Amino acid sequence: MTIEITVNGKTKTLVAELSLEDLLLDLGMAKGRIAVELNGHIVPRSQFSSQRISNLDSIEIVQAIGGG
Amino acid sequence: MSTEQDRPLLIAGVEYRSRLIIGSGKYKDFEENLAALEASAAEMITVAIRRVNLGQDKDEPSLLDIISPEKYTILPNTAGCYNAEDAVRTCRMARELLDGHKLVKLEVLGDQKTLYPNVTETLAAAETLVAEGFDVMVYTSDDPLVTRRLEEIGCVAVMPLGAPIGSGLGIRNPYNIRMIVENAKVPIIVDAGVGTASDASIAMELGCHGVLMNTAIAEARNPVMMASAMRKAVEAGREAYLAGRMPRRLYASASSPVDGTFF
Repeated sequence: MTIEITVNGKTKTLVAELSLEDLLLDLGMAKGRIAVELNGHIVPRSQFSSQRISNLDSIEIVQAIGGG
Repeated sequence: MSTEQDRPLLIAGVEYRSRLIIGSGKYKDFEENLAALEASAAEMITVAIRRVNLGQDKDEPSLLDIISPEKYTILPNTAGCYNAEDAVRTCRMARELLDGHKLVKLEVLGDQKTLYPNVTETLAAAETLVAEGFDVMVYTSDDPLVTRRLEEIGCVAVMPLGAPIGSGLGIRNPYNIRMIVENAKVPIIVDAGVGTASDASIAMELGCHGVLMNTAIAEARNPVMMASAMRKAVEAGREAYLAGRMPRRLYASASSPVDGTFF
């Protein structure tokens, strides 16, 4: 059964549930300086590997960019 | 040099030798930003928090790879937030992103045309952030009662605008800035409005403890040279403030002695 999630406002279909860490690896973001919110709550980096991603989850991944 | 008599700028228990804070927006590239940062001698630099572009090249350096949080104090802002909830959420993300770093620049905007602060939402966000343990440097209007209220809430620095963000119009209301400074117990930093070096000097001559600017440097024809000019302007303004200016007189006062002329 596939699951559908939203990452930074875009819908993404996954073939199975996976960990947040695996999702970030898949997105090529595992190494960067990022912060992640899952359904409106911060997920500390230490919990990336244990955090499961489920159907209809909404994920925000942010970074620091130029600003004043 | 006389600056040696000056005390460092103290924000949330950390001492800064530079009283200039610069931004990281609107630069041509990270390298130009870093060169301006070095020329400015600033120790603190603002950043914005935004979504990662999902299609981006994962090997492409990010801002924090070029401007190191180990070397500089990174000041994440809440630019683009129009309500307290978004601003608080942004600060929580920033704290996670920067490994628990508690210092944030709170700005809650009220209007896209003026980018003037939404003061009621700013006050609400400041209350929440201080309660959550953040060290809040807060952008606000140049209203002496609002700045005092933000200080009472527990903000570590209060940052009234000199003029609208990115306008370069200078310090439009120096008398309000003076009132704010005179009644403050936390650092007052003019944030927004500086257009050129003399504006920064004026802010410092009014007694402000520091100046924060982005566009004045980034949009100069030569940003690195302007960054150097701003370093000198902030230092000159600070020294002039500490030195104490002469009184203004309506009429002349001769500098050469009146006695001893031979004609």
